Amino acid sequence: MIKLEMEALPENVAMARVVASTFIAKFDPTLEQLTEFKTAVSEAVTNAIIHGYGDKRDGEFVTLTLSSDNRKIKAQISDRGIGIEDIEAAKEPLFTTKPEMERSGLGFTVMESFMDEVEVSSKKDEGTTITLAKELGEQQ
Amino acid sequence: MDIQIKGKVLVVALMGEIDHHAAERLRVQIDSAFEKSSCRHIIFNMGEVTFMDSSGIGMFIGRYKKAESMGGKLVLSNMSEAVMKLFNMSGLAKIITHENSLEEAIKKHGGSM
Repeated sequence: MIKLEMEALPENVAMARVVASTFIAKFDPTLEQLTEFKTAVSEAVTNAIIHGYGDKRDGEFVTLTLSSDNRKIKAQISDRGIGIEDIEAAKEPLFTTKPEMERSGLGFTVMESFMDEVEVSSKKDEGTTITLAKELGEQQ
Repeated sequence: MDIQIKGKVLVVALMGEIDHHAAERLRVQIDSAFEKSSCRHIIFNMGEVTFMDSSGIGMFIGRYKKAESMGGKLVLSNMSEAVMKLFNMSGLAKIITHENSLEEAIKKHGGSM
């Protein structure tokens, strides 16, 4: 298991992608699987920073935990931010609370298309944890 | 990023990773160049883009609206397979045209090489 704790800064999302890519690379994924995993992690970490903390991100952290169960690769992304009030609404394609930032509202759509499992647990004012899982299948 | 003006076309060559952090910077630079020019269309060369997530989609929708307000179009060219997948999934393909080659895209929109 790998645990990466990063300051809630947009420039740290690139670091999260590098760690997620390096972790999954050990399992010999296809290039497509690697890209999908990295992209889904990027979406979740970005959301934690932009939406979880918003303008109050000073001194806050996002945690990325990577683990595996055979060839099922998991990424858990946690923040201690504002939480998601309506999870179903947040998952709707094109739904965004920040149109002025040109957020496309496609974060969850991307996560759901690229991963086999997407679990969201969130509590108002306490934070959000997203658990993503991808089954790599038989080694190529 | 490299920005060039070719007639009525603003040609933007993007490079590296397009995530939220990069998109914020890109939109400021592209808008500033577009507004200063007398271009109507924006054509992106995506050939050197190594990664993109949905923040990139948001950035393209924003620039699409800018070009549209000038009666112009936004075209993406040279997309990798991974970027193309996101492009199709997002529904962006319905409003934004794509061309396989940059040259073709520029020619179609009245720009000169």
